[in-house]
Amino acid sequence: MNTLEQLAHGFSVAFTPINLLWCLLGTTLGTAIGVLPGLGPALTIALLLPITYQVAPEASFILFAGIYYGAMYGGSTTSILLNTPGESATIVTALEGNKMARSGRGGAALATSAIGSFVAGTIGTLGVAFLAPVVVKFALAFGPAEYFSLMVLAFITVSAVLGSSSVRGLASLFAGFVIGMIGVDLQTGQPRFTFGTTELLDGVDVIIAAVGLFAVGETLYMASRRYAGKDEIVPLKGSLYMTAAEWGRSWKAWLRGAAIGFPIGAMPAGGAEIPTFLSYAIEKKLSKHKEEFGTVGAIEGVAGPEAANNASAAGVLVPMLTLGLPTSATAAIMLSAFQSYGINPGPLLLTTQANLVWGLIASLFIANVILVILNLPLIGLWVRLLKIPAPQLYAGILVFATVGTYGISQSPIDLVILYLLGAAGFLMRRFDFPTAPVIIGMILGPLAETQFRRAMTISNGDWSVFYKHPLSLTLLTLAFIGLVGPHIWAFIEHRRRRGPEHVPGDA
Amino acid sequence: MSTINQPTAPLRLAVPELLVGIGLLACAGAVAWQTLAIPVSPLYSKVGPTVFPYLTMVGLVVLSLLLILAAFRGGWQPEEEKETPTDWKAMGFVVIGLVANLLLIRLLGFTAASVIMFVLVCYGFGSRHTLRDALTGLVLALAAYFGFARALGVNIGAGFIENQLNTAIDAIAGALGA
Repeated sequence: MNTLEQLAHGFSVAFTPINLLWCLLGTTLGTAIGVLPGLGPALTIALLLPITYQVAPEASFILFAGIYYGAMYGGSTTSILLNTPGESATIVTALEGNKMARSGRGGAALATSAIGSFVAGTIGTLGVAFLAPVVVKFALAFGPAEYFSLMVLAFITVSAVLGSSSVRGLASLFAGFVIGMIGVDLQTGQPRFTFGTTELLDGVDVIIAAVGLFAVGETLYMASRRYAGKDEIVPLKGSLYMTAAEWGRSWKAWLRGAAIGFPIGAMPAGGAEIPTFLSYAIEKKLSKHKEEFGTVGAIEGVAGPEAANNASAAGVLVPMLTLGLPTSATAAIMLSAFQSYGINPGPLLLTTQANLVWGLIASLFIANVILVILNLPLIGLWVRLLKIPAPQLYAGILVFATVGTYGISQSPIDLVILYLLGAAGFLMRRFDFPTAPVIIGMILGPLAETQFRRAMTISNGDWSVFYKHPLSLTLLTLAFIGLVGPHIWAFIEHRRRRGPEHVPGDA
Repeated sequence: MSTINQPTAPLRLAVPELLVGIGLLACAGAVAWQTLAIPVSPLYSKVGPTVFPYLTMVGLVVLSLLLILAAFRGGWQPEEEKETPTDWKAMGFVVIGLVANLLLIRLLGFTAASVIMFVLVCYGFGSRHTLRDALTGLVLALAAYFGFARALGVNIGAGFIENQLNTAIDAIAGALGA
């Protein structure tokens, strides 16, 4: 069957009334948590993980995907009206979007970001549908050594290349490895890192880790920073209909944003920061209205990055579905949802779980349509959500954090672990450590270990298996370049810039 | 690394960052201690359950030493973060709320413990409408208990409030059924 037939089949799965309801629920919930500061898709999906014991895989993944896409739409509303990015991926949207809102063009900013998200999200989802089978063909040739090397590459890119410091990113990743190793070793049955307790034999649940880092840590951080200035909500002004000139300035930026976002998202590097910043820089360079950037707000500066953000969010699904390789915290938690169903994402997923994968992809198209409706005509509803006062918002987040954690096994020990991870999350926020690598390390770490041990068993303990296979060697080399390259480049740049200062007589 | 671009900035020891680095080194120590405690079966002598823990430990040691080095070169915390004074009182109330929740959840059940936590956290964040917060917390906790937890099939600790309501619901359901 070719992709189009598969996709048509997927639509027949997604268009059942019950799955449409899941999609509607997911997109609505996703938009809400995207709008609310302090809540993100990773935390929300983690809290909803117990649903995997209740419903069919199709239903829960349609729900999760709706949340994932919805949070991208909702996050931009917060960026534009509040200047506090609801999501790290919408930081760039705040730059121009908030300026536009302040100069009375908030309506147009919201419109271009919602329609741009729709256009790019649809292009990105098409990209997933057509690229996934291609990647699968390639991935079938992968052995354990290649998988391990690919994971090493992903580890390096998500922790060391993205973000402000490779040392802190890697420290977060390694902390995630440690958390992931707690519990019984699946291959030998030996308990590891349990400190002799029986409570830790089952390991630390991903729900507890995500809730601790993202909910408890975030609440403590926000409480500690009450003296920091507060952002004001800019009242929504201006028509939601864009003028012909605004359409003209937006559509090319959407397409360029999608063209930048999808490939970067689909690489085993992921992350929405690089494509959004890249798109912003390109739009600024190409714009005929450069004077609007940073002053009254330029619509291209909203349209491009928003499109890039949504296209890269779609792209992240390619390595997740075809290689079982999550490159964002949300994707990592979705991977653990697959594990909860006993499904292993990988090259075989598209054939063994065709209903699930193609139903999911089809539901993403539907989600985009629902989301553009939810986020344009119904925008007033979401603006009202922004007015929830911080005390009640954060107290409420902690109540839900308790439900999610205590509900796992009614054990106060789980709450203790939750609070310890919350304290760690607070320190990480305070000292500028990224939190996403912890979740990725905790979920992907054990998988990497399995592949590593499998490769070493096949090779009879010969380490050369990782560098004698050309593909594995290439991946490891790329990882090494990713780790060391930026430092060497910074060093050369530093030398070059310092050079002229030492020319005699220059002073 | 971060100091490369500002060669003129004074390189002073940053104590908080130093403590973070030492803390991570202590974690590496704990990893080493726990790795040594893993019994290794001779059958798995090649790649046993300790290979990855050791690799992780080495990584953590190297990274914490790099962090300590960065602390000696002036630290890395962003200026904005350093300049904002920490609101210890607000944080204290949040911590008290969390601890109260932990201690009371077995005793009083989820709803009652959540209301107490809700009020304390709201107070910490500056809300002074304690009664209104208690009512909001009650509504939210009940919604979480009956909506979220029941819909997901999650069993959270029932206390006095939940039991009374469950009895009432069962009675009403029974009356309707009969």
